[in-house]
Amino acid sequence: MTSPPSSQTAPASPPAAPPARSARGFFGWMLAPERRGPLLVAPAIATLVIVNLFPLMWSYGLSFFSYNAKYLKRPPSWVGLGNFIDLFSDVDVWERFQNTALIVIGSVFLQLIIGFLLALLFSTEFPLRRYLLMLVLAPMMLSLSAVGVFFKLFYEPTLGFIPRLVQEFTGEPFVILSTPTKATIAIVCADAWMWSPFVMLLVLAGLVSVPKYLYEAAEIDRAGAWRRFRTITFPYIKSLLLLALLFRTIETFKIFDVVYVLTEGGPGSSTETISVYLFRVAFNYFQTGRASALGYITLFAVIVLTSLYLYAINTRRAEPG
Amino acid sequence: MANPSNRPIGKSGWGRTLGAAAVSIVYFFPVLYIILTAFKTRQDALAWPVKFIFTPTLENFVSVFYRTTVEGGAAEATGFGLYFFNSMFIGGTSVLLALIIGTAAAYGFSRFPLRGNETYLFMILTTRMMPPIIAIIPIFVLFRIFGLSGTYVGIIALYTAFNLPFSIWMVKSFFDDLDRDIEDAARMDGSSEFRLFRKICLPQVYAGLAATFVFAVILTWNEFVFALLLTGTQTRTVPVQIVRTIGGAIGVDWGLLSALETLFIIPVVLVTFALQNQLLRGVTFGTIRR
Repeated sequence: MTSPPSSQTAPASPPAAPPARSARGFFGWMLAPERRGPLLVAPAIATLVIVNLFPLMWSYGLSFFSYNAKYLKRPPSWVGLGNFIDLFSDVDVWERFQNTALIVIGSVFLQLIIGFLLALLFSTEFPLRRYLLMLVLAPMMLSLSAVGVFFKLFYEPTLGFIPRLVQEFTGEPFVILSTPTKATIAIVCADAWMWSPFVMLLVLAGLVSVPKYLYEAAEIDRAGAWRRFRTITFPYIKSLLLLALLFRTIETFKIFDVVYVLTEGGPGSSTETISVYLFRVAFNYFQTGRASALGYITLFAVIVLTSLYLYAINTRRAEPG
Repeated sequence: MANPSNRPIGKSGWGRTLGAAAVSIVYFFPVLYIILTAFKTRQDALAWPVKFIFTPTLENFVSVFYRTTVEGGAAEATGFGLYFFNSMFIGGTSVLLALIIGTAAAYGFSRFPLRGNETYLFMILTTRMMPPIIAIIPIFVLFRIFGLSGTYVGIIALYTAFNLPFSIWMVKSFFDDLDRDIEDAARMDGSSEFRLFRKICLPQVYAGLAATFVFAVILTWNEFVFALLLTGTQTRTVPVQIVRTIGGAIGVDWGLLSALETLFIIPVVLVTFALQNQLLRGVTFGTIRR
């Protein structure tokens, strides 16, 4: 394996000072106070460079080639920017981004609403609260693939819980995953069920950070419930709601497991998100070069979103209260 | 300290409990349904309306591990013993490694900031925010080139790196929360830096390290994409085998599938309860901790 490029760790270490006392030798030099930070951080950075950065550079290279990972011996052929030009003019790719956007918008919107309502419900102390909270929080910690399997069972056309329940009322068979719209809604529901508790947790954190005296003052002023919410509660949860929105957007953008298990992108390609499409291009069609290029386009989108998230965190840290 | 679940605003009585109970049970229903189905016989599992009162059976759990594959044949091991072992072994080892490397780095980032400290932390977080599917394409090729596909070494190394950003951010948030006055006092008394770390800082974050460990083990236990593409028949983990199972012959056996899912999720549900106070910190990688 190629050794990690040393230039990655070099900026970390301060300019090498001459050893203060040569009597202590190499170890003394290594353990000098000014080298403590870099020394502690080095193993982690090295691991990430080898396992994360190096493969990424590799795929950066691959994105300029036509290459099939199934035939390792066959040399890749240079296509320059061909992969990128192909991708940008490909209707299919555009459609996958639209599918993903639809699921992200639907799911994040639902999560924010349900999560917010759940947080209001659990914002006060009541008997058994801790135990009931556990039931609501559990979905968030489950495996994405397990949630996919759950909902696959629920949506199963003849024996699934939901089709049978609907049939009780309408008298007609109800096949959820049969049309693009219904399949998209089915995925949105599964994802929103899993992640609304996450939003709830963030909103709860916001609600408890509101100083009690503000409510007491509002009580004296006889402010109504809506006014109290708008002028006291909302300003305190605003920044956390924004964080929840950004974090969930980033995470939902990557949605793979649930879709892969539930619909495999079907019917047709109507629920194929960008991650599922990437998987297909890379591991069903084995167009490794093209997949690498598409990976880089997607990565760019995620980095933009992540920067926004971190910017929001720093703004929040700076504000008082 | 981040503890929203334990510091509610105001008090309500049993009325609120009733309302919340109704909502919680509806919310938890999908999980409950699977757990109940796991204890049902084949007839009960498919009965409509759904049976909530039935004679429980353990046969589904037995057939997760031993069942007859051919009609009338002898019961055979299904391999799920191995898959559960793999999930635990791979998860435990990689998280332990990540935690050791991560704690050192977290202490470094927290106490001896480098030039461009925030930039490093940002880049580390980005590797974790990155869609796994992007990383897996080159890793798949490299694993094949170096013959790491289907080996324990390969998947453990990968999961170590996968858990590292999480461990660093999480443990750093615990170090950041400590009261620096104690350290300054110890430094005045002539304590060495290593002693300071070992005897003062580390003991204060033991609980945090434990929470980080458990969290990361859950993340690894749940992970699907890397495991799907990079494990072989001998190193396969539980989620991969479950998803393979739905497509197969036993896909119609709801009791069996539910028993499998139950064994897979029960540890997670129980641990979630134990971790309730650290949940916010955990699910946001330690970026939010109030």
